[in-house]
Amino acid sequence: MIAFYTLLYKELLRFWKVAFQTVLAPVITALLYLLIFSHVLEAHVQVYPGVGYTAFLIPGLVMMSMLQNAFANSSSSLIQSKITGNIVFMLLPPLSYLQFFGAYMLAAAVRGIVVGAGVFVVTVAFTTTPVLHPLWLIAFALLGTGVMGALGIIAGIWAEKFDQLAAFQNFLIMPLTFLSGVFYSIHSLPPFWQAVSRYNPVFYMIDGFRYGFFGVADVAPQLSLLVVGVCFVALSAFTLILLKSGYKLRH
Amino acid sequence: MTRYASELPAIRVHKLHKHFGDLHALQGVDLEVQQGEFFALLGPNGAGKTTLISILAGLARADAGDAQVLGHDVVKDYRAARQLLGVVPQELVYDPFFTVREGLRIQSGYFGLRRNDDWIDEVMANLDLLDKADRNMRTLSGGMKRRVLVAQALVHKPPVIILDEPTAGVDVELRQSLWAFIRRLNEQGHTIVLTTHYLEEAQTLCNRIAMLKQGRVVALDSTANLLNSVSERYLRLKLEPDRLPPDLQSCAVSHADGFQVLALKQFADLEPMLAQLRSAGICIKEMELTQPDLEDVFVQIMGRAG
Repeated sequence: MIAFYTLLYKELLRFWKVAFQTVLAPVITALLYLLIFSHVLEAHVQVYPGVGYTAFLIPGLVMMSMLQNAFANSSSSLIQSKITGNIVFMLLPPLSYLQFFGAYMLAAAVRGIVVGAGVFVVTVAFTTTPVLHPLWLIAFALLGTGVMGALGIIAGIWAEKFDQLAAFQNFLIMPLTFLSGVFYSIHSLPPFWQAVSRYNPVFYMIDGFRYGFFGVADVAPQLSLLVVGVCFVALSAFTLILLKSGYKLRH
Repeated sequence: MTRYASELPAIRVHKLHKHFGDLHALQGVDLEVQQGEFFALLGPNGAGKTTLISILAGLARADAGDAQVLGHDVVKDYRAARQLLGVVPQELVYDPFFTVREGLRIQSGYFGLRRNDDWIDEVMANLDLLDKADRNMRTLSGGMKRRVLVAQALVHKPPVIILDEPTAGVDVELRQSLWAFIRRLNEQGHTIVLTTHYLEEAQTLCNRIAMLKQGRVVALDSTANLLNSVSERYLRLKLEPDRLPPDLQSCAVSHADGFQVLALKQFADLEPMLAQLRSAGICIKEMELTQPDLEDVFVQIMGRAG
């Protein structure tokens, strides 16, 4: 277990040493979204009865920040280690693929949750957001960051240069997170885009997470939990298969 | 250090094959390194040395054959095998996020060791790294980074240590202190396997040598036997007057810089040569006897295996 704790510690220390970039910057970005969108839309949009637009936006922004940062943590750590070559420090010792997986996943979740908590704390200045179902909220935070942590490991293993990772991030992760109902309820979309949104797993993460705050959501939270849970299990299994096989890590 | 059953080879490699695309990098390599040996793995670039080391370290997987470290298969029993092995990689790699001490502590942790600071300090002291302990890796010179790589390979006191060109691009001072330290580890019972392009290092340090060429072992013997395998020794003479008696003309190899160079097949031929010079009234002003070195052996074996 010492090996696992060490790898986890190393991964946490890595992002903490550059916390301006890895924690503070995403908090500021989310704050800017909140300032702009709430200023423009607060008076015009009310998504759920009794829930102001600013309050509606906060859980979405918190979750989006968590997801993006969980992905960024595992993917950027791995690609940096691969490109600089220091991944051998982790490949030479007797670390098992399960320890490797566990440490990267947990570090990704911690980074995501630290950033999410940061975003939530700064939004307190704008409005009070109720937390009606904290257990749902925690479940979606853990599963959501887990899914993105696993995706980050997959992307980090697959990508051979920063450009490929950027493609993965900008053409897959960003659209999935932005087009997931962070800024709107999918009920406000035309039927076609509503149907498309239902194939986006990130939509269920945001929707379920929002249910934890307001007790209302676009779809039943049980369905969201099922979708996110299945994604988590499938991606984790795929990641474990990759790690066990040594794909692109052990030649 | 812990003793392992003495009959167990430190490293055993059996019929190892590895392809990279069309390149057949290892073509059935068989090799055994006994415990306590100081062993050199020599060969030109692309001979397969690093591939072989990578398979032993688990960084690469063999297509066929097997490899063991102190009896533990590097694939089936990889955790035990890796625990027993310390590898200094050839590439100068480092983690720019950490200081030297942080890096060494983290590396200890990966091998399951907590509170390893006494040994870390000892390794750092031996590699002259103590005053750099709290410096970030980014700020170190190439030679210093190389020292840290060596330290990282030693944090778990591995009984088998592989150094893949540890002195490439390293100054004389570090080379000497590094070899002194590695020699001490060898004297304490650690098995050392070394690759290097500096053949005089291998000749001085290693008791046994394997030479690889194009993925095959083309020579495997003790350093002494390999050196004896090259029969030519040369006698370089500065003579007064500068000429050879007719009987010695057949031994002449060259005449340059005022030196007559004579081939000497065996030491017993030396006395008759000197007698002939004496009887011809020729004085010897300077004399050198050049022994074959590992470079001669290497060139000859590589040429033969060509």
